[in-house]
Amino acid sequence: MYLIQIFLVLFFFFAIIKVAGRYRAGDLSLSAAIAWAVFWIGAAVIVIAPNSTAYFAKIFGIGRGADLVVYLSLALLFFIIFRLMVKVEKLNKEITLLVRQLALKNKD
Amino acid sequence: MVYIIIPAYNEEKNIGRVISGLFENGYNNIVVVDDGSTDGTAKEAEGSGAVVLRHIINRGQGAALQTGDEYALAHAAGAVVHFDADGQFDAADIAPALAAMHDARAELVFGSRFIDRRSHLPFSKKYLLLPLARIVNFFFTGVWLSDAHNGFRILSGNALEKIKITQDGMAHNSDVVRQVKKRGLKVIEHPVKVVYREYGQGLGGGIKILWDLLFAKLT
Repeated sequence: MYLIQIFLVLFFFFAIIKVAGRYRAGDLSLSAAIAWAVFWIGAAVIVIAPNSTAYFAKIFGIGRGADLVVYLSLALLFFIIFRLMVKVEKLNKEITLLVRQLALKNKD
Repeated sequence: MVYIIIPAYNEEKNIGRVISGLFENGYNNIVVVDDGSTDGTAKEAEGSGAVVLRHIINRGQGAALQTGDEYALAHAAGAVVHFDADGQFDAADIAPALAAMHDARAELVFGSRFIDRRSHLPFSKKYLLLPLARIVNFFFTGVWLSDAHNGFRILSGNALEKIKITQDGMAHNSDVVRQVKKRGLKVIEHPVKVVYREYGQGLGGGIKILWDLLFAKLT
């Protein structure tokens, strides 16, 4: 096992503990917590056995398993960024609404 | 009753003069929306006799204008005038613009710096930024105007009820133009004088506006 594999697996383990903590604190729903746990476990499996992705890479017509992981990760990252931006925009609108109501209320 | 809405962010040096200029021209319903200023803007405006609405944090010019609009709407305003706090407009331009709106049976007036020759714009602004801004505006709204992102605007009571500014930042102008087109309200442009004390929106500001407009389309 390479050092990088140990580091990454430890990191993913740490991430799963965090997910469990968030779930217990009530910040994550059960389904979200399970989804994140599965995601990190999957990531750990790929890191421990990198060749396991070769099978899927072949199905998708991509030469190397590592390439498949990079492509999927990028797609997922962009999707998450998009969701975050929409969410931030929504929060911004709601903050404006609050600030406006306060301004109008304090005048009446 | 005409309400003058002045969004103001850190304009303690100019706001008093702007308000007294408006009073001198016979406008008594002056609403300053202090957009989270960190200086004495609110105090200065109150001392000058304006109604002051305070945003406790800065939300942007579009957000401040909408706050003023809602205040005016709640007070059954017959028309509102959007006016800048930095003293670049002339209060004497309001009456002719209002008259022109009534004569044309229009619901909105947009001030334009290009109908007459009273405004002296910085060269790069006149020949580079504003032509670009007009194209962007046309692209997003489908309306060709002689000017773009000029803060001088009048809305009739009817327009005030129908138009809600959703762009918190500086993209509110394209936002308003788009809604005007969607609702089929009649608009006229009227010449206003703009005195440049500062450059105002530069290229960076323009890019931010473009981004806000694009983003609003995407979400």
